[in-house]
Amino acid sequence: MLRRRLNRLCGGDEKRVDSRTIYVGHRPCPDTEAFIPSKFCDNRIVSSKVIVDTPTSPVTSGLPLFFVITVTAIKQGYEDWLRHKADNEVNKYPVTVLEDGRSVKKESEKIKVGDVVEVVEDETFPCDLILLQSSREDGTCFVTTASLDGESNHKTHYTVPDTEKDLQALPATIECEQPQPDLYKFVGRMHIYKPEQEPAVRSLGPENLLLKGATLKNTKKIYGVAVYTGMETKMALNYQGKSQKRSAVEKSINAFLLVYLCILISKAVVCTTLKYVWQSKEGQDEPWYNQKTQKEKDTNMYLKMFTDFLSFMVLFNFIIPVSMYVTVEMQKFLGSFFITWDKDFFDPEIQEGALVNTSDLNEELGQVEYVFTDKTGTLTQNNMEFIECCIDGFQYKHRDTRSELDGFTVTDGPVNKLQQKAGQEKEELFLRALCLCHTVQVKEAGSEVLADQVDGIDGLLLPQPEEERGFIASSPDEIALVRGAMEYGFTFLGLESKSMKIKNRENNIEEYKLLHVLNFDPVRRRMSVIVQTKSGETLLFCKGADSSIFPRVRPEEVDRIRMHVERNATEGYRTLCVAYKQLSAEEYAVADTGLREARLALQDREQKLMAMYNQVETGMSLIGATAVEDRLQEEAAETMEALQGAGMKVWVLTGDKMETAKSTCYACRLFQRGTELLELTVRTLEDGRLKREEKLLELLRDYHRRAVQDAPPVKAGVTRSWSTANQDYGFIIDGATLSLVMNPPREADASQYRSLFLQICQNCTAVLCCRMAPLQKAQIVKMVKNSKGSPITLSIGDGANDVSMILEAHVGIGIKGKEGRQAVRNSDYAIPKLKHLKKLLLAHGHLYYVRIAHLVQYFFYKNLCFILPQFLYQFFCGYSQQPLYDAAYLTMYNICFTSMPILAYSLLEQHISMEILLDNAALYREIANNAMLRWRPFLYWTVLGIFQGLLFFFGVRFLFSNPALQDNGQVFGNWSYGTIVFTVLVFTVTLKLALDTRHWTWINHFVIWGSLAFYVFFSFFWGGIIWPFLKQQRLYFVFANMLSSVSAWLVIIILILLSLLPEILLVVLRKPRGPHSRQKKPSQSNVGGSQSSQSSARPLLMRTFSDESNSVI
Amino acid sequence: MMASSYSAKEEDGHHSGSAGLGGAAIRTRKPDNTAFKQQRLPAWQPILTAGTVLPAFFIIGLIFIPIGIGLYVTSNNIKEFEIDYTGTDMSSPCFNCSQSFSWNSTTPCKCVLFFSLDQPFESNVFMYYGLSNFYQNHRRYVKSRDDSQLNGDQRSLKEPSKECEPYRTNENKPIAPCGAIANSMFNDTLDLFYIDPNGTKTQILLIKKGIAWWTDKHVKFRNPGGSNPNLTAAFIETAKPVNWHKPVYELDIDSENNGFINEDFIVWMRTAALPTFRKLYRIIQKKNNMTPTLPRGSYSLEVTYNYPVRSFEGRKRMILSTISWMGGKNPFLGIAYITVGSICFFLGVVLLFIHHKYGNRNNSSDVPN
Repeated sequence: MLRRRLNRLCGGDEKRVDSRTIYVGHRPCPDTEAFIPSKFCDNRIVSSKVIVDTPTSPVTSGLPLFFVITVTAIKQGYEDWLRHKADNEVNKYPVTVLEDGRSVKKESEKIKVGDVVEVVEDETFPCDLILLQSSREDGTCFVTTASLDGESNHKTHYTVPDTEKDLQALPATIECEQPQPDLYKFVGRMHIYKPEQEPAVRSLGPENLLLKGATLKNTKKIYGVAVYTGMETKMALNYQGKSQKRSAVEKSINAFLLVYLCILISKAVVCTTLKYVWQSKEGQDEPWYNQKTQKEKDTNMYLKMFTDFLSFMVLFNFIIPVSMYVTVEMQKFLGSFFITWDKDFFDPEIQEGALVNTSDLNEELGQVEYVFTDKTGTLTQNNMEFIECCIDGFQYKHRDTRSELDGFTVTDGPVNKLQQKAGQEKEELFLRALCLCHTVQVKEAGSEVLADQVDGIDGLLLPQPEEERGFIASSPDEIALVRGAMEYGFTFLGLESKSMKIKNRENNIEEYKLLHVLNFDPVRRRMSVIVQTKSGETLLFCKGADSSIFPRVRPEEVDRIRMHVERNATEGYRTLCVAYKQLSAEEYAVADTGLREARLALQDREQKLMAMYNQVETGMSLIGATAVEDRLQEEAAETMEALQGAGMKVWVLTGDKMETAKSTCYACRLFQRGTELLELTVRTLEDGRLKREEKLLELLRDYHRRAVQDAPPVKAGVTRSWSTANQDYGFIIDGATLSLVMNPPREADASQYRSLFLQICQNCTAVLCCRMAPLQKAQIVKMVKNSKGSPITLSIGDGANDVSMILEAHVGIGIKGKEGRQAVRNSDYAIPKLKHLKKLLLAHGHLYYVRIAHLVQYFFYKNLCFILPQFLYQFFCGYSQQPLYDAAYLTMYNICFTSMPILAYSLLEQHISMEILLDNAALYREIANNAMLRWRPFLYWTVLGIFQGLLFFFGVRFLFSNPALQDNGQVFGNWSYGTIVFTVLVFTVTLKLALDTRHWTWINHFVIWGSLAFYVFFSFFWGGIIWPFLKQQRLYFVFANMLSSVSAWLVIIILILLSLLPEILLVVLRKPRGPHSRQKKPSQSNVGGSQSSQSSARPLLMRTFSDESNSVI
Repeated sequence: MMASSYSAKEEDGHHSGSAGLGGAAIRTRKPDNTAFKQQRLPAWQPILTAGTVLPAFFIIGLIFIPIGIGLYVTSNNIKEFEIDYTGTDMSSPCFNCSQSFSWNSTTPCKCVLFFSLDQPFESNVFMYYGLSNFYQNHRRYVKSRDDSQLNGDQRSLKEPSKECEPYRTNENKPIAPCGAIANSMFNDTLDLFYIDPNGTKTQILLIKKGIAWWTDKHVKFRNPGGSNPNLTAAFIETAKPVNWHKPVYELDIDSENNGFINEDFIVWMRTAALPTFRKLYRIIQKKNNMTPTLPRGSYSLEVTYNYPVRSFEGRKRMILSTISWMGGKNPFLGIAYITVGSICFFLGVVLLFIHHKYGNRNNSSDVPN
């Protein structure tokens, strides 16, 4: 949609400076932006001067190419049309622009930087705007960025102070950074010029910036000045940079293509050489009956040789399956619909099915060797539930839990729930902290329905009719915590003009003035708020991960709580610690100015803020900890087990802490009870005697010995079998250690560390990497991706922090989870739930791979046996480039006669039914390592093609030793010869495909028999008319005459049979032991399906089932 | 790559915004539960197993071997006699003719070959001429013709196709028929005589009708000027091919066999597939049921030697052959059928053996695995 605008804009205004100046409303003087028309490269084809005497007319060779181009053009055109429609919708969208005091309607594409734009409620912003004026009194507006990052909560944006008045007479300039794609970063400064005054400077941050694509909510009208338009908007910048991923199949195709190109060239070289050898004999080159034209005689000998070579190239060019590209493209394009259509991928909760962002990688889904999965939201539901809290070392269980703990009895009513274990004061402080320290919004009544659907907030979680409220937050933990506090009697009522209201246990409303929010970020792993109580006290509440809180509180408080936190973590809960600090007036003043200054900074604002945050969040006192349960995704364990059974190695990459992640791994059965865990974490590295690096090396060596050297050599492909007594290893590493491994202090060790690490990991059944930063996730994926044998990797995740690894992996899968849509947007495939991954890989991926692999091999094969007879014919026609087949046949072979059956095959084939594929994960291993497109199968297909080509040609050759083939003694000519060969060819390659088809739907029947019938029909038709536009009526009645000859029939039949004989033989011979032995019987597979779904995916049960299915055959 | 553009469309703010409040509209996008979309079309799933293939092998064997034997016998029953009259040998009667050949000679050179048939030829006998090392399938040769001229098109008659070069025009007049194929038309005359034991020579009637494809003769080849019997007028302002002795309208006196629709000409124009070929020359019709078409005995072949082949080391032959339902004599098909039939039968036996052995092992071996 924006490409057009790119063309228009890309040449413009790039003065490559760090910041730009925008004149609001173009008032002082509009900066002239020079639009340089973008240059297109001059791509006229320089026609060659050498005129090649083509053996086939240009139409014959050109038509397939034309066909390819047409089909591609139609597809592209369709997409372009869609894009164009979207273009118009965006670019011609009417917007209101303030110009010289009047509002003018403009098309959205005409907005220039500096225009003041008016946007009304529920409209989307046409470009990135700085908010100048809002209809709300407090100078705020609400937006939702659902279409940008999927976060549907209402975000508050603020007007720039002092611009509230008359926009018409606002002389101001904005300085801001050059466009950059980060949605959450914006640094700028606004100078407001007032008469007879120093220009006022206002800092601009992301809270002032309204992004294109976001929608205005709850606000009647706003005015804003455009800062980034068109391709420079953050939304547009975020669409870029998606690198094109190429599948392994395509690499194979290219390799095969190279081989065929060599074959083509060598064929042409052989023919050219032989031609001149043959011609050197007297009387051969120019017998009396076949004189050359004067022009031919005059041509230079070497030039003639060259043109002869080119002529042979033209003659044999059909060996390069040009139409394969179209077919592959169509197959991928159409095939991907089956993923979108699959109703098993439909999730009733979000009312969505799978999403295919790229169809180029369908077959790669069948080749995955490493699966990198995120934990939160992927393995787990990210549906948080407050489980318990611990205040000052005492444990409080949520009332839903039936069990008793610490002698605590469940009583009625939330008020009574908190037994006086910790002091009343501490409890209330803790609960207030929970109520205040967050960025949750209370859902407004009007938008209730909407928000419910967007966020999937489950009203059932809290069946409290009197206090039914909706909360909206970017992170579900926060909602869980606020709800948890509500359980205990403290209700958050909402944030109104910088004051937070909470209702305490006595149903009194307490009001706090919100002074500062120290936002959460994954590096700090904590967030804080600074509030002011009614009584004027300034308090800082901080919550965050234990690792980031513990160093910042008094150590003596830590011990009481650490035990709880660790126990909770091992149970698989997410824990957060809560701390507070009372700020004296001086302290606050320092913090306040510091924070304000940092916010205003134009450069390095992030770092400055970070430093300031760190400075403020110190010396706190710990009040308690919370535990929130994140439930496992449906069928997470079964899915993981299936993936491992399919020979994939599952790596869990999470930002979560080790204990939590480990317990999740156990719950997902990634680690089994017998799994020996190799830990490489900060804790294991803590050794009094040794330095960290030395200890690391020691541990690495030790693990390497255990997992790699001592382990019995595992055959490639067979990674784990249930029955063997092999020791399973699980490997755990954390982020800090990983960075030590990746970037050791001494550069020289790097490769050694890495290879040790990689070898250990490769021999482990499951690897858990915890405490990972997003970039580290990508780093790991990259490392594995580039390791020996370049295995195919798959990343699956749901959040923004997984985007980097999703982009890095060969196949990126997004889960349509709760953490926004960023992962989905950057993924190649998006599925609603983790459990869908199993079917996506084991069934769809497997089938797609088999289909496309077969398609590719078949295409090469069919073109080889198509062109080989033509090559052989050169030996019998004086190397004169005489085509064996008629031009129509040459053209139509790939377009009409043989293209449809293989396309149908490649869309519909299920050599093993989906149920069986899902039930027997091990079947996935059979196609591992690109098994069907390695050189061996390629050689097999090539040999088959050569064999059949030889058979076709020489079979007919021997028949033609006496060309009197009709019962009236008349003879056949060269076109009859070609037609017989061609008929055998078309029937053989089609029937060969029929032999390979294991899944005959009516479409297959229709297409296979239909294209054979079409061939016969076409041949009759083509030979039945004297075509006025043809120079030569070569095929006139050739086909009909051929069919009137019994000998021709007999030779066609026997040649087809003979060429298919080895194929049949091989299938039969392979059958008893081959991969296809696990064939389905419908009743059997049904039984199997239900059985396995009931079974708790225990290995033993799986085992028995697969045995059954084996023995049936 | 195309899908990325779709996603762009989908995420476009206005789109979702207008569709319903930030993508929150209740759009049931549940995929249709149709058999096609769920890839659950009812399907026939044939499995090629030894069990299904074995009978097929035996059946093929059982069918093919008799067919092959039938073909072989049929082919063997076809009587064929071949005589080379190129005249490369000093001893050959046509040696002189082949040596003294010149394009300009006006008097035809004649030679006579004697031969005897050991067996009588019973049914219709077909007389072929055969050429060797004659590349009728050379590309330059194959394309050197103008089918629209041969179809009676007036414009092409006056302006033959470029493909006919260098046999397109002669002395500024268009050649009809143009092109290398027509120019090199086989123009030896072969006459066959039966020599009685008492020495009298009787000429055998050679029929020249029915040697070309019916469709060629009646549709593809047309004389210019439609049904106008005056061919000379139709071909006025055209030149005869350089190597021809007579113009095209004098090929035969029978107007049904003259001009472009001369059957000898049509036969020649159907280019042969291989450099060694034969073309139908004449048919000797069976007279009655009592006497064979060609009884045993001596024959003489009188050749009017017009066609030079020595320059490219070619060979000329005359072939007499009877024809069966499968065409001329060719043992290839019979042998092929017998061989394939036997192979299938043999493979059937081997497979039966293997199947028997493996079938047992398969059931027992897969379980412990």
